[in-house]
Amino acid sequence: MDKLKQISIFSENKPGRLEKITKVLADEGVNILAINIASSNGFGVIKFIVDKCELAYQKLKQKGFTVSLNEVLAIEMVDKPGGLYEVARTLSQKKVNIENAYVFILESRKRAFLIVEVQDIEKAKKLLQYVKLKFYREAEFKKKGKK
Amino acid sequence: MIWNREAECMQIGEREKLQLERLKATLKRAYENVSYYRKRFDEIKVKPADIKSFKDIVKLPFTTKTDLREGYPFGLFAVPRQEIVEVHTSSGTTGKPTVSGYTKKDIEIWGEVMARALTMVGTTKDDIIQNGYGYGLFTGGLGVHYGAQRIGATVIPISAGQTKRQLEIMYDFGSTVLTCTPSYALYLTEAAEEVGIDVKKLKLKAGCFGAEMWTDRMREEIEKRFHLIALNIYGLTEIIGPGVAQECEEKNGLHIFEDHFYPEVVSPDTLEPLPDGEKGELVITTLTREGTPMIRFRTRDVTALRREPCKCGRTLVRMDRITGRTDDRLKIRGVLIFPSQIEKALLEIKGVEPHYQIIVTRPQHLDELEVQVETSKKLFSDEVRHLEETRKKIEKHIENAIGLRVKVTLVEPKTLPRSEGKAKRVIDKRQL
Repeated sequence: MDKLKQISIFSENKPGRLEKITKVLADEGVNILAINIASSNGFGVIKFIVDKCELAYQKLKQKGFTVSLNEVLAIEMVDKPGGLYEVARTLSQKKVNIENAYVFILESRKRAFLIVEVQDIEKAKKLLQYVKLKFYREAEFKKKGKK
Repeated sequence: MIWNREAECMQIGEREKLQLERLKATLKRAYENVSYYRKRFDEIKVKPADIKSFKDIVKLPFTTKTDLREGYPFGLFAVPRQEIVEVHTSSGTTGKPTVSGYTKKDIEIWGEVMARALTMVGTTKDDIIQNGYGYGLFTGGLGVHYGAQRIGATVIPISAGQTKRQLEIMYDFGSTVLTCTPSYALYLTEAAEEVGIDVKKLKLKAGCFGAEMWTDRMREEIEKRFHLIALNIYGLTEIIGPGVAQECEEKNGLHIFEDHFYPEVVSPDTLEPLPDGEKGELVITTLTREGTPMIRFRTRDVTALRREPCKCGRTLVRMDRITGRTDDRLKIRGVLIFPSQIEKALLEIKGVEPHYQIIVTRPQHLDELEVQVETSKKLFSDEVRHLEETRKKIEKHIENAIGLRVKVTLVEPKTLPRSEGKAKRVIDKRQL
């Protein structure tokens, strides 16, 4: 279970905001692997999983965005019926609560990852130490993600 | 440190004698040389000689900004124009500016009171003053300049603006005293991070901040970020510029240099004098100005006077930090509020930075108050739910403070306009 970091950015909910953020990433040659947006009352939080996480974080910060980095779980799912069920069942057995989750698919229709945000990442990792799920592995991920 | 111990620590009875003497002379000069004053005195049948003690001062008419505009530009001069060596004007945002004329002696007195103010924040001739107040018709720049010269300190007349250069010079020259508006000081601390200047390596020890309203929370923030003592200065163009009053290190109100400026606090509604300690509008009479003497000038600034002895040893009366303007009171759904009340409530919440804007609208016959708050790093959570909780908490807190429901909007950092001079906090979009 290698470390996977997610970038969260504060954004006002109005046209052009996502454009401005993604331009920073594009200009730096950062590839986006997954994105998630949640909004409320005129503002929102945009979350990204990217290939060059540290670079993206520093650049966004420099450009004046309010941005934070936090670790998430990335659990591999088989892209077939029951894939998410398997993962969800294991998490529930281990009493790991999901705060937020979203999916990204690697190698079209072959492998999918469930990005899971939990309250206490260290605790969750410990609980999931011996389960049969496949977790994100940095080396493998980088190579295949970039093609 | 005290610049002029004799004047600043003078025995009160003795000072009162001096003040009365000076008041009488001022009234005589104003009456004899300024047709505006003569007319106003004659209208209510008052002669300068009728003023025998400070109790009689209530007989005198007030002077307002509007009155001064009638005399624009030189109508209020009490000396021939040839004796005026310098002029300054107010910003003129609400109409024609008001003109203040200085004789050679006025400039000397200005240097004297500013030397007192700068000494009060800890300036000596060994210091390097970075003067970030605007030079020009605005009084801030030159006021500080004259005071610094009087002390013999090294003054960097950098004026307002050019933020990056300000910070580089502050770092390279080792500035020890910073003078500018408090909102600009905060902006500088913010910009230092971006420019890559380590504030810990700066030599700043004190700041003399004023020309706009600010709060103790803002003071704490500036002090914490810049590692200096931040003290409040007060003044206005019509009276002399900065140097009417200055806060000492006790941080317990601003000492008014009352041997030159006589303060009163009156009710803004009835214009009756208020007892010490009660909040009202500050009214000032100049006691030594030659160029443009002011008689009972209504400053529109809200404060209270305090005469309890100060630990610093000065016997000068103190005024509270300005908490509002009698003319920028907002009337929202019939309730009078000061923008400073909102600021105070806002800054009581941890993580909120003093970057906000108040927007008043009237969408459907009913006033709405929106407070836009920048989402600082400290305020940010990557969970929308938490941010929403914070937003609601701020709304509730302001509502409790002012008794009105407000809508708080979280906006992105650095999207609200920063000012190099006075910050514009209120945008009133109502078509009244």
